[in-house]
Parts: sequence; C-alpha cells; structure tokens
Amino acid sequence: MTPAATATFCLRLLRRQLVLGLRRPVELGNPLLFFAMVVALFPLGLGPAPDTLAAFAPGILWIVALLSNLLTSDAVFRSDLEDGSLEQLLLAPQPLYFSALAYVLAHWLLTGLLLGLASPLFALMLGLAPAAIPALAASLLLGTAVLSLIGGIGAALTVGLKRGGMLISLLILPFYMPVLIFGSGAVQAALNGNPAGPFLAILGALLCMSIALAPMAIAAGLRISVDT
Amino acid sequence: MWTLFHKFGSPPWLYRLSGSILRWLLPITLLALIGGAIWGLLFTAPDFRQGNSYRIIYIHVPAAVVALAGYYVMAIAGAVSLIWRMKMADIAMRACAPIGAALTFVALVTGSIWGKPTWGTWWVWDARITSMLILLFLYLGVVALYEAYENKALAAKACAILSLVGTVNIPIIYKSVDWWYSLHQPASIKFTGGSTIDPSMLYPLLFMITAFYCLFTCALLLNMRVEILQREQRTAWVKALANKGAAG
Repeated sequence: MTPAATATFCLRLLRRQLVLGLRRPVELGNPLLFFAMVVALFPLGLGPAPDTLAAFAPGILWIVALLSNLLTSDAVFRSDLEDGSLEQLLLAPQPLYFSALAYVLAHWLLTGLLLGLASPLFALMLGLAPAAIPALAASLLLGTAVLSLIGGIGAALTVGLKRGGMLISLLILPFYMPVLIFGSGAVQAALNGNPAGPFLAILGALLCMSIALAPMAIAAGLRISVDT
Repeated sequence: MWTLFHKFGSPPWLYRLSGSILRWLLPITLLALIGGAIWGLLFTAPDFRQGNSYRIIYIHVPAAVVALAGYYVMAIAGAVSLIWRMKMADIAMRACAPIGAALTFVALVTGSIWGKPTWGTWWVWDARITSMLILLFLYLGVVALYEAYENKALAAKACAILSLVGTVNIPIIYKSVDWWYSLHQPASIKFTGGSTIDPSMLYPLLFMITAFYCLFTCALLLNMRVEILQREQRTAWVKALANKGAAG
C-alpha cells in the first residue's frame, strides 16, 4: 500500500460516511435538538434567574455537549457491523488505523462541528456573557474532537454487544472527565476575564495525543467486535 | 526461560503452584493483618491534633496504595495477554478488577469516615478523592465490559484494551483533577499537614501496606483459581480433582 493509495482510500471512506450522514438530514439534526432540549431542562430545574444560569452556563453547555456526543458515539460502527461492511474493511489491505480515523473524523464533522458552530446560540439562551462565547465555541470544536476519538474506542469495544448502549457510557465517561475540566475551564477563564489560551492549548495537546493513540485502540477493538 | 513461559500458560500447573503458594501465604497474610492492626491501633501514640481518629490511616492508606498499584497489575496482565496471548494473564487481569474495585471502595469509605471528625464533612470534592472515585469507575467499567461479553476470551481482550487505555489516561485524569481543584477552591484543607510522619507511626503503616499487598496477592490467586476451574471445568484434570474432593 503506497501512502497515496491509503490516503485516497480514507478520503473515499470519509466521503461515504459523510454522504450516508447527509442523506438523513433529520438524524443530522437530532444531536442539536437533544442539545437544545437538555439546555431547556436546566432553567426548569434550576429556576429561571439569569444570574444563576449565567454562572452555571459553562458547565451546563459542556456537560450537554458531552452527553450529546456520548449518545451519538454508540452508532458510529453499528450499521456497518450489521451490514458486513466493517468485516470487509478489516479484510482490506489498507491499515485499519487510518480507516478508524476516517470514521471518527466523519462522526466529528457531523456532530461536534455542528454543535460547536451552533453553541453560541444556546450560550445566549443561558445568558452567558458574550465575551466568553468565542472561548466556548473554540473549546467545543477542539474538545468534541477528543470526545469523538475516545467515544470511538468505546463504540469499537461495545459494537458487537447486544446491550451496548448503557455500557459505553460506563466505559468512556471517566475518560471524558479531563476534557470536561479543561473545556469548561476555558469558558470559565474567559468569563472571569482571564486568557482562555492555556486551556485551549491543553485541549489541543489532548487532541494530538488522542489522534496518535485512539485509532490503535479503535482498530484493536473492532477486530474483537467483528469476532463476536 | 521459555519452559517457564509455557508453564505459566498451563492451567493445572498454575493451579497447583498457586495452591502451594497460598498454603503459606494465606496464614502469613492473616497474621500480618492482625498483627499490624494491633500494632497500629494499640501500640502507637495518639496524634497530637487528631487524637485517636487518625488510626484509620492503617486501613485507609494501605487500601489506597494497593488499589492504585492493582490497576497497574491489571494493565500489565492485560498487555501480556494481548501481546503473548497468554491465557493465564487474561485470568489474572479479570481477577484484579473486582479486588481493585473493592480496595478503592474501602479507601473511599474509610477516607470519608476519617473526614467526618477531622474536616467536619463526609465528602469533599478534593483532587485525590475525586481521582480515587474515577479509579473506582474505571475498575467497575472493566468488570461491566467483561460481563457483557458472552465469549470470555474476547471479553478478556476487550478488557485488556480498556485497561491499557486507562493506564494512558490515569496520569492525565489525576493531573487534570489536581489542576481543577486548585483552580476552583482555595486550599482550605491541608491534606499533608505534617509532611513528616513520626517513625513510630510510619513503621506500622509500612507494615500494614505490606500486609495489604499480601492480601491482594492472596485474593488474586484465589480468584484466579476459581476462574481456572470454571474455564477448565470440562477437562480431565478438573474432573479428577472434583472426584477426589467428593470421595475424600
């Protein structure tokens, strides 16, 4: 396999995943709808006082983003396992590392990217100070990519199981915690007038590390799941 | 070297070896635990500030230390089983998870009981407590994943991957929680108040830590023996063993 051929293969795989996603526009909107609904739960639960909501907004927005990512991660490999295309992918000569990366990238483009771009709207609904909104969008764009990679590991390990849904949350939520800490930390810093840069830099470092390591774990997980 | 390596892959050999180890390790562990507890609880001076309540340290610290070390034992066993496909490493990894979870739980509960008289609260969202809680979640995640697979050989592989991902993540989780704590709360409670611990308290503590390591080893071997018997229940040697037990 030449590098060029591998790259072409992965781009085709990415394009296939994106086309599959875009053919079902309603499913594309589901994570956003979920995000909006859960955001709407917080004023109902915490009371509508703008000060309280604004103070909790960084945490609320980040936790909801995390949950929405978690719920969509479950389905990354499922339909491809069921129709057998995952098995073909494992038999293909292309390195599984890059194929796994293509799957995760497609997942992020269809969920995390949209969520990051739509997040300013939800931030305004919760009364987050406008100064913190760029930090929120930037931290979500970086952070959801890390979440997609980690979620991919959980999805790869549980895709062969019948009752994977609850299990994947138990497996990967502990690994989501650092991302949550630094992501909401970035927004909190911007809210207090401090630079959000250091937090974003750490999120970037986490992203680099997960790009390097997570596809290996995903590939190993997929080999196990296809065996079941 | 290679013959030893192959022997470790053989269930009956490991079953007999663990049996002969346990025959002397189990009494030693029991004696050490009882002796250490008596030494720590009765023959050390009460703390200057905390009085007698600090004595829970002789359970709390050993449990926490061994709980953390247990995760690495599990991850190393997982790596060995993935790299060399060694069946016994699978079994060791599987056996580590519930023991580690139990020790983490003991550390959390004793910490909380210790926290009530000294800090005036059962639970603080402090960096160390939070990371121990996350460690508990990681252990339980491994148990849950193992139980979810019907095929136990695949379950072990999946758990090995998960525990390796965990080893990469534990330092990150620990650092991030540490940083989060220092950002969000002033350091109102000093956890390492007196950084130097008096030798008269340190020696029983070290003794108890050693005793807990022995306890961990005993529990690990016992768990492994059960798992070996369950997996090999259809083989001749297990049937012979069962018949001998039933006759004798």
